[in-house]
Amino acid sequence: MEKLKNPDDLVKYRKSLESKHRPDKIRIFICTTGCRALGADEVCKAFKAEIEKQSLSDNLEIVDTGCQGLCARAPVLTIEPMGIFYGRVTETDVPEIISRTIQKGEIIERLCYTEAGKRTPYIRDIPFYGKQKKIVLKNCGSIDPKSIDEYILRDGYAAISKVLATMTPDAVVNEVKNSGLRGRGGAGFPTGNKWEFVKKAQGDIKYLVCNGDEGDPGAFMDRAVLEGDPHSVIEGMLVGAYAIGSRKGFIYVRAEYPIAVEHLKIAIEQAKNLGLLGDNILGTNFSFDLEIKMGAGAFVCGEETALIASIEGKRGMPRPRPPFPATSGLWGKPTNINNVETFANVPVVILKGSEWYKAIGTETSKGTKIFALAGNVKNTGLVEVPMGTTLREIVFDIGGGIPGRKKFKAAQMGGPSGGCVPAQHLDLPIDYETVKEVGAIMGSGGLIVMDDSTSMVEIARYFMEFCQDESCGKCVPCRIGTKRMLDTLSRITNGEGKKEDISLLKELAEVTKTASLCGLGQTAANPVLSTIRYYLNEYEELINKKEAQPAAQPATAT
Amino acid sequence: MVSLFINGKKVEAEPSQTILQAAQKLGIHIPTLCHDPRLTPTGACRMCVVEAEGARTLVASCATPVSEGMKITTHSELVMRSRRLNLELIWSDHPNDCLTCDKTGECQLQRLMYEYDVKTSRFTDCNPSSRPDDSNPAIYRDMNKCILCGKCVRICDEVQNQHIWAFSNRGMQTSIATAFEKPLRESGCVFCGHCVSVCPVGALMDKPAMKKGRPWETRKVRTVCCYCGVGCSLVLHVKQGDILKVTADTHSPPNYGSLCVKGRYGFEFYRSPDRLKSPLIRDHIDQPFREASWEEAIKLVAQKLMEIKQKYGPDAFGCLSSSRGTNEENYLAQKFTRAVMGTNNMDNCARVCHAPSVTGLRAALGSGAATNSLADIEGAEVLIVSGSNTTEAHPVAALKIKKAVRHNGAKLIVIDPREIELVQYATVWLRLKPGTNVALINGLLHVILKEGLEDKEFIRQRTENIDMLRQVVSPYTPEKVEEITGVPGEDIIKAARIYAGTGKGMIVYGLGMTEHKAGSHGVMSLANLAMITGNIGRPNTGINPLRGQNNVQGSCDMGALPDVYTCYQKVDDPAANKKFSEAWNCQLPTKPGLKEPQMYKATLEGKLKAMYIIGYDPAATQANIHHVKSAMKKLDFLVVQEIFMTETARLAHVVLPAGCFFEKDGTFTNAERRVRLLNQAIQLPKGTKHDWEIMCLIANAMGYPMHYNHPKEIMEEVASLTPEFAGISFKRLEGDGLVWPVWDTNHPGTPILHKDTFTRGKGKLNDLLYTPSEELPDSSYPLYLTTGRRLYHYNNGSMSLRNPEIHSISSEEFVEIHPDDAGALDIKTDDRVRVTSRRGSLEVKALVTTRSRPGSVFLSFHFPETPTNVLTGPGEDMLALTPEYKVCAVKVELCAC
Ligand SMILES: Cc1cc2nc3c(=O)[nH]c(=O)nc-3n(C[C@H](O)[C@H](O)[C@H](O)COP(=O)(O)O)c2cc1C
Ligand code: SF4
Ligand code: SF4
Ligand code: SF4
Ligand code: SF4
Ligand code: SF4
Ligand code: FES
Ligand code: FES
Repeated sequence: MEKLKNPDDLVKYRKSLESKHRPDKIRIFICTTGCRALGADEVCKAFKAEIEKQSLSDNLEIVDTGCQGLCARAPVLTIEPMGIFYGRVTETDVPEIISRTIQKGEIIERLCYTEAGKRTPYIRDIPFYGKQKKIVLKNCGSIDPKSIDEYILRDGYAAISKVLATMTPDAVVNEVKNSGLRGRGGAGFPTGNKWEFVKKAQGDIKYLVCNGDEGDPGAFMDRAVLEGDPHSVIEGMLVGAYAIGSRKGFIYVRAEYPIAVEHLKIAIEQAKNLGLLGDNILGTNFSFDLEIKMGAGAFVCGEETALIASIEGKRGMPRPRPPFPATSGLWGKPTNINNVETFANVPVVILKGSEWYKAIGTETSKGTKIFALAGNVKNTGLVEVPMGTTLREIVFDIGGGIPGRKKFKAAQMGGPSGGCVPAQHLDLPIDYETVKEVGAIMGSGGLIVMDDSTSMVEIARYFMEFCQDESCGKCVPCRIGTKRMLDTLSRITNGEGKKEDISLLKELAEVTKTASLCGLGQTAANPVLSTIRYYLNEYEELINKKEAQPAAQPATAT
Repeated sequence: MVSLFINGKKVEAEPSQTILQAAQKLGIHIPTLCHDPRLTPTGACRMCVVEAEGARTLVASCATPVSEGMKITTHSELVMRSRRLNLELIWSDHPNDCLTCDKTGECQLQRLMYEYDVKTSRFTDCNPSSRPDDSNPAIYRDMNKCILCGKCVRICDEVQNQHIWAFSNRGMQTSIATAFEKPLRESGCVFCGHCVSVCPVGALMDKPAMKKGRPWETRKVRTVCCYCGVGCSLVLHVKQGDILKVTADTHSPPNYGSLCVKGRYGFEFYRSPDRLKSPLIRDHIDQPFREASWEEAIKLVAQKLMEIKQKYGPDAFGCLSSSRGTNEENYLAQKFTRAVMGTNNMDNCARVCHAPSVTGLRAALGSGAATNSLADIEGAEVLIVSGSNTTEAHPVAALKIKKAVRHNGAKLIVIDPREIELVQYATVWLRLKPGTNVALINGLLHVILKEGLEDKEFIRQRTENIDMLRQVVSPYTPEKVEEITGVPGEDIIKAARIYAGTGKGMIVYGLGMTEHKAGSHGVMSLANLAMITGNIGRPNTGINPLRGQNNVQGSCDMGALPDVYTCYQKVDDPAANKKFSEAWNCQLPTKPGLKEPQMYKATLEGKLKAMYIIGYDPAATQANIHHVKSAMKKLDFLVVQEIFMTETARLAHVVLPAGCFFEKDGTFTNAERRVRLLNQAIQLPKGTKHDWEIMCLIANAMGYPMHYNHPKEIMEEVASLTPEFAGISFKRLEGDGLVWPVWDTNHPGTPILHKDTFTRGKGKLNDLLYTPSEELPDSSYPLYLTTGRRLYHYNNGSMSLRNPEIHSISSEEFVEIHPDDAGALDIKTDDRVRVTSRRGSLEVKALVTTRSRPGSVFLSFHFPETPTNVLTGPGEDMLALTPEYKVCAVKVELCAC
């Protein structure tokens, strides 16, 4: 493959791809990432064998994709240009899909999405999709993540091309600042400002790191992006690297994400071959090299100082800040760390402009947010909505509501660092600030729906156990404090609670929150505090009744 | 400077300082458990948290830098609550064992529980307790008591560079462990005890001291380590005449709290049952010894020495004193020899190690001493370490070298045939053939002068003989030097450029430079290198011998040499001779005396009849000991003053039992010329006497009045006769001692020599040709043998081998041999092999290792069972007569058995 030597080459290349593109061809998009666990690969193989057998390849093509969102129906597929969506497909369905749907245009009812008993074959009619706004996920599920050509066909690498051709690093920083993009890794720190710090930091070498450690139980937004549209992250990183003056980047990927790593490897290789990574990108003097680092399998490695230690080959343990990574990060050099979803937002911000981007969302929180919808909700899966969407819209309109005859009780937002949002706040427009006000956090996007059969004390206990297991063990309040809170919560759920346990929990919570070294400990008490805030009666009842509570694990998606 | 407010009080601090440091300035006490000023802050224990106005959470004062206008509250309600609960949490995971715990009384957790009045914990312990690790003799490990402060991990990483400890597991299962949970002995631990020294609780403990007493029951006595020339400052913990353990003061130079295994765990020899407890006498060395009273023994010695002096003249007597003895003892030994016996036949065991340094440095600079302090190592930009396996021979100095490299980015050039541990830290390693030092350094000089990298101004103003030097080194091209030394030419060029390219280049060297035929020449060559690049006379520069034994510097300074009185005042200088003659009230001889090897020669020639050997074991440690022993056997009279029955003592007519260094007052002078006090910690064992007392008794019995009430009076006499010591007195030495020259009683000492001018005026650039070693490998003896030290032992092993801890870690010798040579001889590790030279032969286990240079084998000389020095010889330094321990030819064969 010839390297692209300037932005024009990229345009020409895209044009040549477009000319080869055949819109008339029927394409079946099959999610072979998350759905793989439920047999998507076999479905795919069956299709390919069938196409071969019947020599249909001229008019029919199978495209392996990333997550299409409606994971509750896995394995899923979409047939274009008709816009038909099938779920729970097995390999035995394959000949029928070809003979009936593809060749005769008939709908196979049993594979259709149903809501309130109504079968809805066409994507455009499925409310799950209708209420979403896909900016970051625009390619996810509709292109082959292993093909850079498909990404380029969707305006891929146009943003970095535009940046290199027309923008100074300062202009990039300003554009991102103006867009209001905030970090999607949890804390919501303004991305442009972070870039500016690192850009201004003293240092001959600067590093850019993408945080793909995604350790929240139930969260898989970053995984979906990395698996389904890896080039968007690479392109976001390229823009970031250009802005801050970095030549070397790392993508830190959670160890349990082999498909993400595989797709990233392919993407990096392809980008290098086209001259979109490596030395003299698009013929300019901007060079950027990207390396994948496998995570160490610990939640705390997502904390940026622990992540840095881990990349350096040390045990992933947080260290005190300052110095902040922006001034002294990897190997003591200024380092910029952003989340996967944050980077994936960047190309859009550049291409469509910050004004366009700013128009989406709320006053303080711009753009969209991806949530991993899990728990007691019909349509578990991946959803992207504008900031400011209400919880009700997410849970009921998109999520299809609570299965069975149960009622919505609360949603846990922000995973083990977050809190619960009870039913009275269902109409709260969700953004960083509002969620915080009600005692949860936006977090990275884990959203666990709980029905009225859920014991909130048990939920608090579950997350505390997670934090205790994942505590790196360095500092006392977190290492021992979470253990003592867990002991206390277990006592209560075992029906052995004491009157003073609630004040004891509050006392422990205060100290772990204020005195712990890193975010893990500082937020570990949030689920307890939030459940005490809204469901004190449940605690009291358990303490008074002295009855053991069945251990529960909140259901998580995929 | 930034200003901030702590508890409403304004304080100024450097931006790099922490809130904790700023609070300390104000005298505000903040509790800490994981903080140590030597280590990177980690903020683990959270005891030091304070409230910072505007901060979301409490901040760890030990890890948070100050910033302008900060407002800090150190003891607010919230802070106190947090500290108390924190302690309660720690206590909830801690055995309630203060009643029997050895740490009680110096435990920092206990102290804080008291301070914060935390009586108990409301939380119960749910952790199953792990069994204490009792697998090694030095360090006892009870992880139930570990509070995970991480100090052991950090000090082993950052100071000792050994990386033994690591955190493992998560949550409540988190613990400190070695890699794969191996026992310390198999984990690479070097038993420096740093980790023990920083543990705030009773999790890591000095095992020898356990169950022997409480901290408040011990007296803390400051003294100086009796092993290597680093001269670490020690604190002995003494209870009822017994030393329980050794620690070090983190504020005291040169070691600032660091020690090596010998300093920390090598103290138990003093209570060995083998200690000599009574004078022993016999008429003839074929007879057994019999115990005698001190009166009888002293009378006998005095009488015999007088007889011999009368019969054969003063020069029939020779005295050897020890570099392990104090300055006062060495001073008295030479005074005895010169004033009482009337001869200059005086030497000390520096002859077998650093005499070439004295000779070489005096010839080049005018003073035979290290030019800079050990502390200077840390700030150097380029370090040349030549002929020194610093890690093992001078462990605490090695820590400074590693710190310079690891923390301060210094470049290290290692010159050594062996792959010593420091090679891992080196930018360039010049692996020369043994004995080719001068050629290699000439090569470096050649490159520097050829490329014009020399400091022309310095050469012009401060040195002489540059033209001759230029001429002599001009043929030493990298190609030619590669031929001689085996070091690739390009490495020579690289090293030369690195060293010449800095204004902070420091040379550190050891016995690998001196113990050669051209040992003094090697030292002069290094001096050339320092001088032509101007790397001398300033901080972080200079040329610095690492002295072998603890008081090599001092024994030479005190005039225990054949040609000089104290501080190198020459015996043949009429003024000096007059001064000392007057002070000592006798006419002193002016003819320089015999050096040690000349004494043996004179003995064999029948000219020398009697010797007095104090605390030195040449029958084990001299080269070619068969020869030395045959000389000693020929003596009419040999007196040996010792603490153990050494190989030399076995050849004596009279053995006089003396006190060891824990039992005496006095001074030692370390490799950086720091004179420091030894303080008597325990009583002399019954039946023994101080060395200085014994010498006085003999002198008095011989009719020369020698009276001192205490060693400090001896030092007063030294000060009165020695300009460089004029300002030294025991009183002034309290604390950290003084670095000589100390010209008067207000003078602060002189850490850096030759600042504006060299002691001899101009520095002499000695033009030297390469001289090959005396005995080179040939077809019958095809391998080089070099000898040296091991970490765990010292010299003849008489002290180090008598420590149960150390002995159980290292109890036997092995010959190191390269796999290529071993393969050719079909030798595997642990095979028994026979090593033979032209002079002798011994059996030893083999260790096949690439540490050895192909074609060279290595042996230490610590173990009596492996008397390495039967092999060494015949070469000696052309000027100082120091044996060429680093080169002789041997063959190695697999033992038949
Ligand atoms: C315990 C802990 C775990 C974290 N895990 C993640 C993670 O998995 N992914 C992530 O992007 N950020 C994680 N973060 C947040 C990161 O430290 C960091 O703030 C983020 O990567 C910055 O990127 P952003 O500004 O783009 O959000 C974690 C923080 C804490 C305290
Ligand atoms: S808060 Fe928890 S995870 Fe963070 S450093 Fe402390 S122990 Fe480790
Ligand atoms: S380590 Fe300290 S607190 Fe623990 S038992 Fe020993 S003395 Fe008590
Ligand atoms: S004794 Fe020294 S080397 Fe061994 S673990 Fe402790 S600090 Fe490390
Ligand atoms: S063993 Fe001692 S020094 Fe090491 S972490 Fe535990 S308490 Fe700290
Ligand atoms: S380095 Fe030398 S002086 Fe220091 S403790 Fe070890 S042997 Fe003693
Ligand atoms: S649709 Fe396949 S993983 Fe989400
Ligand atoms: S002393 Fe500051 S956190 Fe331990």
